[in-house]
Amino acid sequence: MSLQMISVILGSLTIASALMVILSKHPIRSVIYLVITFFFISAMYILMNAQFLAIVNMIVYAGAIMVLFLFVLMLLNLNKEMEPETTRMSLFSAIIAGGTLFLVMITALRDTFQYGKGYSAVKVPEAGLVENLGNLLFSKYLVPFEISSILFIAAMVGAVLLAKREKQVID
Amino acid sequence: MDTAMLIEKSALVLLLFLISLGVAAYQTYFERKLAAWIQDRVGPDRAGPFGILQPIADGTKMFLKEDFIPAKADKWLFIIGPGISMFTALITSAVVPWGTNINLFGRDISLQVADFNIGILFVFGVVSIGVYGIMIGGWASNNKYSLYGAIRASSQMISYELAMGISAITIVMLSGSLSLNDIVKSQHGMNWNIFYQPVAFFIFFITSLAELNRAPFDLPECESELIGGYHTEYSSMKLGLYLFSEYTSMFVSSAIMAILFFGGYNFPGMDAFSGNTLAILSIAAFALKIFLFIFVIMWIRWTIPRFRFDQLMHLGWKVLIPVAIVNMLITGLVVAWNQGWM
Repeated sequence: MSLQMISVILGSLTIASALMVILSKHPIRSVIYLVITFFFISAMYILMNAQFLAIVNMIVYAGAIMVLFLFVLMLLNLNKEMEPETTRMSLFSAIIAGGTLFLVMITALRDTFQYGKGYSAVKVPEAGLVENLGNLLFSKYLVPFEISSILFIAAMVGAVLLAKREKQVID
Repeated sequence: MDTAMLIEKSALVLLLFLISLGVAAYQTYFERKLAAWIQDRVGPDRAGPFGILQPIADGTKMFLKEDFIPAKADKWLFIIGPGISMFTALITSAVVPWGTNINLFGRDISLQVADFNIGILFVFGVVSIGVYGIMIGGWASNNKYSLYGAIRASSQMISYELAMGISAITIVMLSGSLSLNDIVKSQHGMNWNIFYQPVAFFIFFITSLAELNRAPFDLPECESELIGGYHTEYSSMKLGLYLFSEYTSMFVSSAIMAILFFGGYNFPGMDAFSGNTLAILSIAAFALKIFLFIFVIMWIRWTIPRFRFDQLMHLGWKVLIPVAIVNMLITGLVVAWNQGWM
């Protein structure tokens, strides 16, 4: 009972802070609310006994990616006057893109209600611990794991290449 | 969780909180005395015998100053900035094993608030969010020097976190656990990790200095270029909290370095003792190691001049990270060989 209660409270807090991300007027505040949202999501992971995922979510998203976001936003110093005019075209495409994403999420939700009944991560209490996660990643899911790391390397090489090219132009 | 455990954990938390603050306060005194000795001066000697009451006088002064918020500052972010800094500085001490179990009132009490099975990752998580206090405070001040300080802090933290993480992975490989308690136990007696991983220790120590914003990496608050850096606009106890959080994290990260590389509370010949004697001796050994680290960090501050920012980035990305990766690979090969996987 208490576990369910906590997850309901956490869930509503997560949604509230996620809403604040898009409702805040200032981009910096949006990023800070996004960080808070990541914290709540980490708390959800801990509730499901996935401590490793929770901490990695905190280190990678809240600790690294969001710091870079904040870094860029501080350099840009966005404010009301600099906000670009939204044309009708961009408004329209934004509605379509958002609607499509919403549709996908509803489908996922339907699947959860249909097949996911009675399934909970807490039933396998050790599933999220580092040892089990590592064993799974290096046996059952080895191929996807390695492929995703190749994807990361490709992204890194691309970033380095972009940075290099810019330097040559300056010279 | 039964009531007795709740009480003892709460007592431990309160004790750790007070000790951290007390140590941080006396670190400021020690730092000024040390600077004075290095520069052949006397140092603070007015408040009490040998100036021993100086931190109390400083604290009182901080509280009595006018608390000022700049007109164009983002008020709430300006207020929570120092709070975040202090919070992240204090919370790491929760996963530190301060000594062997102590026996009080017939109960075996563990001197670790939370024995997390991923303790070392928790430390990194807290370190990585620690920069928010500086960034938010520096940005909210609405001052270009503060902003420069904030931006420098964030890029410095991101760059040095990588090398720090990679160098700590070798310790995890050696002890086979992410729990700080297990890492300490695996270094029983004099079997310290520093003898196996001197390179990793060297990298970890340098990156810790950078994460702490201590000299020679104190560019976010570099006074010759940025006035006061990220805390230029702060006054009163808000400034005090920023300064305090720096000293508190110095204390805690000295503890983490002692745990990862210098055996934590282990000391040679510890098998000769048991029970509460062992507990007290282990706490004393740990405190001595922490004190030595704090001393070395301060010694470096008053000896080595500050880096230039491009030198800092060069050192982080082109020296420390490659060396850390090579060290990790070699450790991995040796561990695999020893385990018979190759």
